[in-house]
Amino acid sequence: MTQAGSPKSQAAAGEGWEPKVVAFLCNWCSYTGADLAGISRLKYPANLRIIRVMCSGRVSPAFVLKAFHEGADGVLVGGCHPGDCHYLEGNYKTLKRKLVFERLLEQFGIEPGRFRLEWISGGEGDKFARVAEELVKAVRELGPLGSTAERLGRADGLALRAEGGGGNA
Amino acid sequence: MPEAKKKLKLALYWAASCGGCEIAVLDIDEKILTVAEVADIVLWPVALDFKYKDVEALADQSVDVCLFNGAVRNSEQRELAELLRQKSKVLVAFGACACFGGIPALANQFDRESIFRRVYDTTPSTDNPGRVRPQTKLSVPQGDLHLPEFYNAVYKLDDVVEVDYYLPGCPPPPELVWEAITAIVEGKLPPKGSTLAGERSLCHTCKRKKEDKKVTAFHRVHEFVPDPEKCLLEQGIICSGPVTREGCGERCLDANMPCRGCFGPTPEALEHGASMLSAAATLVEGKEEAELAEVLDGIVDPLGTFYRFTLADSLLRIRNKSLGLEEKAEEGEEAAS
Repeated sequence: MTQAGSPKSQAAAGEGWEPKVVAFLCNWCSYTGADLAGISRLKYPANLRIIRVMCSGRVSPAFVLKAFHEGADGVLVGGCHPGDCHYLEGNYKTLKRKLVFERLLEQFGIEPGRFRLEWISGGEGDKFARVAEELVKAVRELGPLGSTAERLGRADGLALRAEGGGGNA
Repeated sequence: MPEAKKKLKLALYWAASCGGCEIAVLDIDEKILTVAEVADIVLWPVALDFKYKDVEALADQSVDVCLFNGAVRNSEQRELAELLRQKSKVLVAFGACACFGGIPALANQFDRESIFRRVYDTTPSTDNPGRVRPQTKLSVPQGDLHLPEFYNAVYKLDDVVEVDYYLPGCPPPPELVWEAITAIVEGKLPPKGSTLAGERSLCHTCKRKKEDKKVTAFHRVHEFVPDPEKCLLEQGIICSGPVTREGCGERCLDANMPCRGCFGPTPEALEHGASMLSAAATLVEGKEEAELAEVLDGIVDPLGTFYRFTLADSLLRIRNKSLGLEEKAEEGEEAAS
């Protein structure tokens, strides 16, 4: 497998910048798929921070926003193929949310390439490696997103009392 | 209250707001006379002619309570927030805009340049051949004139100063306003940082019949008159009840309108808008992506629907690339070509 993304293609991204991608993977399929990629010694970019969850249905859109809020440049959600969910319908919930959530992200100015939902089974180590590579490549081309605090700082340069957002009084 | 006979000193201020919160104070009706009996008002721009200088002249912490409504959109509002914080013992974020940014914060989808361009150049009713834009400073023979700086983003009050209590709502209902005033007068306020409303979700107090939540189509309020007895979500109308704090008195629901979320998130909700998006999207029955997409496309404007009052309290806060950088890049390209 080739190295993901030429560093020269990211002139605007600042020197030494590496994309940070958070991957929420379901325990039963996608995490096992990632494990298989490792066992099979498949190469994929080391930019992924994997968070194992019991089901992709557990991944509230708020988790994805929280990842972007804290400075992730991209987010992957991995679940079982339709029909294969360990909890029968969890991944369908994820799918339903995705169909609205992608439009919400667009309204927030988050480019479509930064978020991806994929069905990856326990046997699809190669698919996991391919998705990881494609996602990191796409994010690398988009450049850094910046945490909410950084983006707010650039907006008005105000010293805000608390880290922006997510607070509930 | 240290001395029982001494009158309370009360300040009311409006920042980026519509004025509805001011009306909400008057909506306590004849009880406003009781307020006048127990309190002296030291600042209330909408009703009484005080100058900022009068407030500056007050001793620090000499105002017992300040009810601050509106979001922070410009430098004047920020300065007043800081001044009133310094002068007040208790600062209350009054209404959805002060608490979460409210409707004005929906402008966080655009930056200052985009807003100015729209308002001063491109609206059909604009006649501005000189392309005049507001300036923060103007020199005239008599001296320099200043206008507040218009920020790129809208902020909630506790972004810029510490807030003691939150009284949400658009506007806060008179019952809660009165409860808050009573608590202040009697010195029976809850711990600092509390929200002066309920703790559970609005669905707990909603009297509508709730049965099976399966949605086959979403409707907007102008398209459809829902059954006034039944849960609105079950009828395909987006109602933010599940994720919104109770305590409003269900005025919208009684008028057969859905909750738009002006009381902000419940204490448990990690994110008001995303939580409601999740709740609404998963109501749809079905497994085929194309069919699901058709139904879910009925949710137009997810950001405006789910973050109607809480964009300045959200995780992402502002639109990415809304910082004027795109425009600069475009201008650069034009200059280069």
